[in-house]
Amino acid sequence: MRITTTTGLAVAALLRAKMRSLLTTLGVVIGVAAVIIMQSMGTGATALVTGELSGLGSNMLMMIPGSAHGMGGPNRSAPLFTPADLEAIHRECPAVRYAASSNGRSARVVVGERNRSTNLLGTTAEYFDIRQWGTELGRTLSDDDQRQAAKVCVIGETIRNELFGAGVDPVGAEMRVHETSCRVIGVLEAKGASTFGQDQDDLVLMPASTFARRIMGDDKIGVVMLSAVSEDRIDEAKAQVESLMRQRRRILEGEEDDFTVRDMRELIALMGTVTGVLTSLLAGVAAVSLLVGGIGIMNIMLVSVTERTREIGIRLAVGARARDILAQFLVEAVVLSLLGGILGLLIGAGGSYAASRMLGIPFTLPPMAALLAVIVSVVVGVVFGVFPARKAAHLHPIEALRFE
Amino acid sequence: MAEPGGPLLSLRSVTKVFGEGDATVHALRGVDLDIHPGEFVAIMGTSGSGKSTAMNILGCLDVPSSGQYLVEGIPVEDLPADVLAALRNDRLGFVFQGFNLLPRTSALANVELPLVYADVPARERGRRARQALAEVGLAGREDAHPNQLSGGQQQRVAIARALINEPEVLLADEPTGNLDSRTSAEIMTLLSGLNRDRGITIVMVTHDVEIAEYAGRLVTFRDGGILSDQPRSAA
Repeated sequence: MRITTTTGLAVAALLRAKMRSLLTTLGVVIGVAAVIIMQSMGTGATALVTGELSGLGSNMLMMIPGSAHGMGGPNRSAPLFTPADLEAIHRECPAVRYAASSNGRSARVVVGERNRSTNLLGTTAEYFDIRQWGTELGRTLSDDDQRQAAKVCVIGETIRNELFGAGVDPVGAEMRVHETSCRVIGVLEAKGASTFGQDQDDLVLMPASTFARRIMGDDKIGVVMLSAVSEDRIDEAKAQVESLMRQRRRILEGEEDDFTVRDMRELIALMGTVTGVLTSLLAGVAAVSLLVGGIGIMNIMLVSVTERTREIGIRLAVGARARDILAQFLVEAVVLSLLGGILGLLIGAGGSYAASRMLGIPFTLPPMAALLAVIVSVVVGVVFGVFPARKAAHLHPIEALRFE
Repeated sequence: MAEPGGPLLSLRSVTKVFGEGDATVHALRGVDLDIHPGEFVAIMGTSGSGKSTAMNILGCLDVPSSGQYLVEGIPVEDLPADVLAALRNDRLGFVFQGFNLLPRTSALANVELPLVYADVPARERGRRARQALAEVGLAGREDAHPNQLSGGQQQRVAIARALINEPEVLLADEPTGNLDSRTSAEIMTLLSGLNRDRGITIVMVTHDVEIAEYAGRLVTFRDGGILSDQPRSAA
């Protein structure tokens, strides 16, 4: 029998029981829609995060104490950095354009009756260049502020709104930061929430020298932010800083570094790993729902074979071969499953479009995912259609004809 | 193939046993029967006499437990399943008591069915099926579904389907069993005409003596064997 005839037969049979066909294929619809949404959101989120990270400045490097290969968090035994280290980097690493200290802790900030717990960052002027942060009002920290350990601070949008009120210009106002009175000199441009839902405008920055003297009581540096002269000199900058720091920290030949210099590419790669793990988890969920969908198809095809035993008998009597019957029921299962795949593709595309609009993620529909969904649904149809189709094909003509 | 003048269909010491142990039923106990081209044979017998089992074997829908069934001298047991299917498709035509039309399927599509399995292109199928329906007096009812047709009309559709591939043999199992006497007469006139005018060999099972009158030869079954086999004039 010709494949077009077989397909026509299958479609006609499915159309005779529209509601049942639709319900049968629902498992595949949901499975495929899940695959599409997951792929689309995964790709969208990765694009967003990558964009955000490169927005941090792709020339950016970060140096933290502790070995890169140590398990867990930063090695506590590794010594912190010093202002002298920072000066040495400025002096001796030509591939490094900017270097800034970055010490953070949480602190309570108070204006009049209002107070708030926020992230306090002690840093230097170059930090703003590295992060490419500008101010909406006032100015950023200067080298003079650092030299004089001036009691000044730059605040984020959230701090302005919470403590001074939205739209108020707080520049020049006084604010208590952890027992120290500071003058607000600038408000950062609003950056909104990060990918992970963290409010990036909930922070206060002050000169590293002021932070050391008034807040921490020592001038050790926890994190050094660096920026290479250009993107193609990142590796060079990294090598220069590493070699300098090994020398300054007296690390012997063959001994492991007790500090780590990371660049943003590593962070992007790390993000890729995280979304990769999430994607494979969701892929597992999708696989399970496709399995369930396939079993649903197999179940209804078995019911259909029993219901249509007489029809099979008639077909055998007028000269259908076993393989004609096999093809008829197999094609029916595949058409059913493919229909589910296409429906799932449409619902998945619609769903991920809606979700991406809601979450502010760029909408992408990877063509490979769409193709894969269609192929997978055909495979599901074949795998779960073979058993019922074989059952139909092996019916005895007389018993099939006598079946009531 | 077969020697000229030889039988078209022939059963040789055919037995058929169903079930096993205490439930064993000997449906056929060594039947010999030759059917020659152009004959119109009626098979009679009480239920359980083995006549339907014999019909199923003649129709290649079932196989003997022992003995041989030869179609034009060729033992059917040696033929692969696909050849048997082809035999059913273009050498044999079936007409059943219950019509056995596909429900929710038009008369035309029902008649086309054997051509589908003979790989005849769709246009050709439609043309031949229309012609076959016209020959059984159903022109204009091509799109009717079986439940929109009377019993006699449904049986005509079934006959059209049986004839579409121009078979040598028409096997009819109680073709008038579900029909009233007037419709039965119409169907029988149609079948006799096919036998007389087109030389189609007909083997028909019936329990109705009047219906058997249309045949040229009467074979009576009893207890899995042939009780009598004689020309109708002598019946």
